[in-house]
Amino acid sequence: MKKAEEQELRFVQSASQKTGQAVISILLVLTGMLCFVPFWYIVCQSFSSNEAISAGKVGLLPVEFQLDSYLYVLKRAPFWKAAWITVLRVAVGLPLGMFLMVTAAYPLSKGKRFPGRDFYVWFIFFTMLFHGGLIPTYLVVRELGMLNTVWGMILPCAVNVFNMLLVLSFFRQLPVELEESASLDGAGHWRILWSIFLPVSKPVLATVALFTLVQHWNSWFDGMIYMKADRYPLQTYLRSIIISFNFSNLTPLEQMQLSNFNENALKSAQMVIGTIPILLVYPFLQRYFVSGITLGSVKG
Amino acid sequence: MEVWNGKEGKKSGKKNLQLHVMMLPTILFLIVFSYVPMVGIIIAFQKFNPAKGLFGKNKWIGLENFRYIFSLPNTRQVVVNTLILSVSKIVIGTLLAITVALLLNECRNRILKKSVQTIIYFPYFISWIILAGMIGDMLSPSSGILNQLITALGGKPIYFLGDNRYFRTTLIVSDLWKTFGYNSVIYLAAITGIDSSLYEAAAIDGAGRWKQILYVTLPGMSMIIILMSVLNMGNILNAGFDQVYNLYSPGVYESGDIIDTMVYRMGIEQGQLAPSAAVGLLKSVVSLLLIAGSYYIADKKFDYKIF
Repeated sequence: MKKAEEQELRFVQSASQKTGQAVISILLVLTGMLCFVPFWYIVCQSFSSNEAISAGKVGLLPVEFQLDSYLYVLKRAPFWKAAWITVLRVAVGLPLGMFLMVTAAYPLSKGKRFPGRDFYVWFIFFTMLFHGGLIPTYLVVRELGMLNTVWGMILPCAVNVFNMLLVLSFFRQLPVELEESASLDGAGHWRILWSIFLPVSKPVLATVALFTLVQHWNSWFDGMIYMKADRYPLQTYLRSIIISFNFSNLTPLEQMQLSNFNENALKSAQMVIGTIPILLVYPFLQRYFVSGITLGSVKG
Repeated sequence: MEVWNGKEGKKSGKKNLQLHVMMLPTILFLIVFSYVPMVGIIIAFQKFNPAKGLFGKNKWIGLENFRYIFSLPNTRQVVVNTLILSVSKIVIGTLLAITVALLLNECRNRILKKSVQTIIYFPYFISWIILAGMIGDMLSPSSGILNQLITALGGKPIYFLGDNRYFRTTLIVSDLWKTFGYNSVIYLAAITGIDSSLYEAAAIDGAGRWKQILYVTLPGMSMIIILMSVLNMGNILNAGFDQVYNLYSPGVYESGDIIDTMVYRMGIEQGQLAPSAAVGLLKSVVSLLLIAGSYYIADKKFDYKIF
């Protein structure tokens, strides 16, 4: 009798657990779709004809499939010029950012063994507390003659304290012996950093490298205020075609009239192409970033 | 440790020099691009003439710029908008992220868990430019997919981005959409760190899954939740420039204009550099207090040290 009851109880429990799991699964699937479907929708638009888009026929599959928008974008010189400026910016900004991050994190990771540490910590920390703000920064860039040059977009944001902190906390938890033995062998700090610290820090370096890459790729504001329109980086260029075509300050009626000759498919195609690099690094981003950010936010 | 001082003092002195040299590039960059602008904020107290340059002989006018910005009719509304937007984003965002983290943690289907986790923080890494394009497209009153749905269900199209009644909500919801995945990963990591023997003990005591969430998981997360909230305090004046600037239009300034967009329009678009710098200075000072306060609390109460 008792056994039967127990069995029944277990059955009830597992049944309710099953319902629980089903509810959780459904909620999670919906959440996932919520994040995926909007992007998919844009992809579908980019492969559909303008007429189909304007008529509101495009849902979750392309309508009147075409590749013209992509072919057109590929032939569009301003798009490639903007992409080139962004590539240039990443190509210079990423190594520079990594260099600064690593060289600042290494001495600070020494703790009390580095006599100047407290001063530097406060010096850096204060920049997190207080900012000159947009206008003085803009004026500094202007007076350095860096307007309309790639440097204006690279140098002011070259030091990223948050990323540096990720590297710092990783360095700090490396065993002291690693360094002491090398130090006895007569290796200087540059050597120790280069041939001992960096090789064992690949996960955190990958994380911050990807963060820096994404940051440079996605930046648009500095491009907008520092660069002239014909030298916009990609995101700023995309902004000029996407947002100004947004019609958001027109009335619905005006929008309706204008939508007859809109370039929706073309817009979508450029948005998709602009997202591809992020998509490409995403698997790597994912592999490292959980350990990376938890290291920084929870502090390991 | 001995290697570092004592007998080899001289050598360690030379070695310390290397460490100082290593710090030098970062320090130089910070001086030029952080400290010089901090000093440059003095233009907030000047009648600034761009031709004379940042540290040129500009006329000092005391608090004139500040008086000017407070005399503007919209300033109050802009501050209110900023606070409403940022507080809602932080509070709802935290609750949402915790909920999703709990859902993910309770999910027994590994493949589902992994794939959802993979998808949900994708939007976080996409720029507001692309997202604004997408949002503008989906929310368009004439052809947007959402309004088509609304009209199909018999409703009237809603002008989400152009109507002051809906604009703020649109901003909050779209920001939550972009960031909840990223934040829930942080909380999920905190859950993963909870000692599993606590769950076993709770299970032996007869606690079901709900009770386990209530008495083990949430208390286990409480540190990180409180810590994140404290650190978010420093962001209260940042209502999301990238987002607002790319989604707003003059018609919705009333509900969506924030401090940062005001600084930008005033300074860069209209060329009123000094008054705009004055707004920036006020914001920086309040932020300084908030951030310093939050780090102080985080340090004293939670032993959280950023360095």
